[in-house]
Amino acid sequence: MIYTDNAATTPLSAAAAKAVSDCMMNVYGNPSSLHSIGQKAAEVLFEARQTIAQCLNCQPREIYFTSGGSEADNQAIRSAAHAGKKKGKTHIISTAFEHHAVLHTLERLQKDEGFEVQLLDVDENGLITAQQVADAIREDTCLVTVMFANNEIGSVLPIREIGEVCRAKGVTFHTDAVQAAGHLPIDVQKDNIDMLSLSGHKFHGPKGVGVLFVRKGIVLENLIDGGAQERGKRAGTENIPGIVGMAAALEEACGEMQEVSEQERAIRDRIIEGLSKIPHSMLNGDREKRLPGNVSFCFEGIEGESLLLMLDEKGICASSGSACTSGSLDPSHVLLAIGRIHEIAHGSLRLSLSKYNTMEQAEYIIETVPQVVEYLRSFSPLWKDKINGKKEFILK
Amino acid sequence: MALYSEKVMDHFKNPRNLGSIENADGIGEVGNAKCGDIMKIYLKIDNEIITDVKFETFGCASAIASSSMATELIKGKPVSEALELTNKAVAEALDGLPAHKMHCSVLAEEAINDAIKDYLSKKEKAES
Repeated sequence: MIYTDNAATTPLSAAAAKAVSDCMMNVYGNPSSLHSIGQKAAEVLFEARQTIAQCLNCQPREIYFTSGGSEADNQAIRSAAHAGKKKGKTHIISTAFEHHAVLHTLERLQKDEGFEVQLLDVDENGLITAQQVADAIREDTCLVTVMFANNEIGSVLPIREIGEVCRAKGVTFHTDAVQAAGHLPIDVQKDNIDMLSLSGHKFHGPKGVGVLFVRKGIVLENLIDGGAQERGKRAGTENIPGIVGMAAALEEACGEMQEVSEQERAIRDRIIEGLSKIPHSMLNGDREKRLPGNVSFCFEGIEGESLLLMLDEKGICASSGSACTSGSLDPSHVLLAIGRIHEIAHGSLRLSLSKYNTMEQAEYIIETVPQVVEYLRSFSPLWKDKINGKKEFILK
Repeated sequence: MALYSEKVMDHFKNPRNLGSIENADGIGEVGNAKCGDIMKIYLKIDNEIITDVKFETFGCASAIASSSMATELIKGKPVSEALELTNKAVAEALDGLPAHKMHCSVLAEEAINDAIKDYLSKKEKAES
């Protein structure tokens, strides 16, 4: 099988797997225990915190371990929102194509607590500008939350510039960096980031563990009350093997980032070049400001779920933003946000690469995907109507 | 448990009666591009018996499988019997569909009804 769904999750790296397993076998203590076995665990936990802090260029005490990206997003957004509300600030700025962990949290704050959420429009390439953020910031803005890179279409946002705008205006800036961490250089100092979420399993670490970076001085609110773990801000005995595995994975990913992203970029560009030849198709997301491993296309006249399952039959694991794969009646909100109409968004395909993909696989993909698209079009009444001139083509 | 039954996957991977019929006696088309599924059914009818049926579908795996199964269920049957085909029968013959995919079987039922209606109205016109 060729696995090209790394934006969904990545296979564990050997280094991460070893770290998890060594930790599980040897470090069973509870870091809150005062005896030596507990303190061994506390030490391991601190080392992991240090490693991650180094990767992001922050202090270890600014790192909070969570159950993953969604929890980190929830905690960051709620904390900033509620801190703002205490000062009478209830305006929040975000974008229309954030991950649901952000969008649904914002929706709830709007519905249940009277916050005013302003979602900035993204352009057809899946980008926003720092100027848009600057124009939207008001006296009562308490939070700007913008993703580092989009999970579906791979566009990379101007985070440093947006951070600069927020810093200048004194507004807390959070970024969901789940797709970026371990894949793009992140420096929370230079990038002017106040809060950042990441998830271990998106860079060959284990699932069920993530990080929230919170700049010193920003007040964090608990989602989970209980013991004094994570400086009293996230109760529950720490997931030590997960945390250690995530730290090993992030350290490895940051260490080999340049080499891996060059390799991924070359494979990505080859696939984009190959699939662009399919008539009436379109690349989603910016061609240049793009995650090194993201390929996202829409193909006219076919539906994404059947495309995915056919590809699975041919040994290619991918994903789609069609309604049928989203579990709702509407196709992906990301594709709609960049202006794809429903019909086109239904025919989407995302291939997301990792360091384990090869150029040979790329060749197989660009040979196979066009065949499957052609096959599905061969019995699509929608495609037939377009070919026969009864309906207009939407993509050139 | 897998999302789809083996039968759904079989009919998706090896669809029966795929294609179109030239000079069909009845053609039905339901669904729309916005919702992500369109089904088209072609019927050949002799002496009120469906002697041949073909389909073309734009849609997900369960839409393709539902069309395929529905054509199997009506092939060789009298028109009157085909009119009674229910979406439930299509879904059951596929060993069930996930709840959010049941509308695919509804589309299959509607597409067949639509094709038969087309046949009946053509027949009425020819007779009058």
